[in-house]
Amino acid sequence: MNPHLVQKLGFGLLALISLVVVIPILLVIGAILAQGAPAISAEFLTAMPRDGMKAGGILPAIVGTLLLTAGTGLVAIPMGVGAAIYLSEYARDTGLTRAVRLAIVNLASVPSVVYGLFGVGIFVLLLQFGTSILAGSLTLAIMTLPVIISTSEEALRAVPMEFRTVSASLGGTPWQGIRRVVLPQALPGIITGVILGLLRSAGETAPILFTVAAFYLPALPQSVMDQTMALPYHLYVISTQVPGMPLSIQFGTALTLLIYVLSMNVIATLIRGYFRRRREW
Amino acid sequence: MVETKIRVDHVSYWYSGNQALSDISLEVPARSVTVFFGPAGGGKTTLLRLINRLNAQLENTRMEGSILVDGEDIYAPTVSLPELRRRAGMVFALPLPLPGTIRQNVLYGPSLAGIRDRARLDGILYRSLVQAALWDEVKDRLDSPASGFSGGQQQRLCIARSLAVEPDILLLDEPTSGLDPISTAKVEQSLMELKEQYTIILVPHSVQQAARVADYAAFFLMGELVEQGSGEALFTRARDQRTEDYVTGRFG
Repeated sequence: MNPHLVQKLGFGLLALISLVVVIPILLVIGAILAQGAPAISAEFLTAMPRDGMKAGGILPAIVGTLLLTAGTGLVAIPMGVGAAIYLSEYARDTGLTRAVRLAIVNLASVPSVVYGLFGVGIFVLLLQFGTSILAGSLTLAIMTLPVIISTSEEALRAVPMEFRTVSASLGGTPWQGIRRVVLPQALPGIITGVILGLLRSAGETAPILFTVAAFYLPALPQSVMDQTMALPYHLYVISTQVPGMPLSIQFGTALTLLIYVLSMNVIATLIRGYFRRRREW
Repeated sequence: MVETKIRVDHVSYWYSGNQALSDISLEVPARSVTVFFGPAGGGKTTLLRLINRLNAQLENTRMEGSILVDGEDIYAPTVSLPELRRRAGMVFALPLPLPGTIRQNVLYGPSLAGIRDRARLDGILYRSLVQAALWDEVKDRLDSPASGFSGGQQQRLCIARSLAVEPDILLLDEPTSGLDPISTAKVEQSLMELKEQYTIILVPHSVQQAARVADYAAFFLMGELVEQGSGEALFTRARDQRTEDYVTGRFG
């Protein structure tokens, strides 16, 4: 067969496959947008739920998810980036560090419901945090750690070794080299990892199910020891647990969660782009 | 009698079980250019890196013997690595500007050392760039990204960056291997001026370069120091046949 023809057929096929990947995403977004958009209003976003959640807004769920994302980040970012720096820059290749790496890889594949149960056991019961934002954030943070650690470590390792050598040759301590040369260059990759991890945690239901999420709580949390509603769990509740729930509210909630996650994604891309442009090699 | 700046005393070095240097002893005179030359894999770069302990980053290495700078054992446990590296600056084969401007590159070392005084930093910036014969070309673009300059300019920037930490020793590992002849000439010219103040060890990228710049020379072959002496002696009347063969281009 004519190589040109083979080439064209091959590219055509690949283009088709790529298209197939895009279609479900567009369908999902389209369907949620079409049915959820009419439900979105100022009241929906800023009011408490009323009439057994069948009317009113979803403010507590939105606030809850924002708080949980912030709490997760507060714990997971310093721990995750710190561990990545240690593994990439300081740790020598010993049995211990190999065990740590293996543990991280395995943690990433643990089902989220197991994290949920772990959170109940450790944070809710053993440490007596109760079902609270604190317990939920810690649980989500532990679930998010492997993603942040492995992507950050990869970003750090992608910075050429020579930069560390140059810094050392100018009288820099290892930490000075990391802080002033390596970290700034790895930052775009680290930010990507952090946001990917936080995105995943923002949409999770199972880990918050027993650790923080409230079924129905028409009030905003007052402290980290309070329970809170959260978007993913709220969506689960109103889709499966409440008979006669108007479809528009279900889709409106789904759309809100989707917008939240997508906008975080966009912000991540913008931040990453900004730091990439500042990088000069 | 010339003053000895660096004394390498019976140094052998292995990494991952392979011997890279065997029983090297030599003296490097102060304020002159000493070249370590010979075919690839001879141990020149290895010895160069041992002098400011850049090998400390590597695992699975072993060293015997000692290296003295100003009579002081630089492998003694009390030696501070950052301090040692401020005394012995290093310029690498490929110019690698750090991300940032010309100014940030030159002042990286001094700022690590905690120098904050603006006037003093400006002084260091000016002096280092003049010494590296780069000032005239960059003086109007001090705050432009270093990556925007030519390879030859970047390499002289790297030399300036090393000079900024005020070392007494300058170690250069094939600093002109990626440069065109004109840039190479400029770098060599600045070395000729720098040797008034600094002890320079150069791994040259060719025998011709070695012959051009060497006050003293040491010929390395497969981890052994075959011959050392004044540059003139080695390049015109070598005592060892292998040196003679290499210098005259019969191998290597």
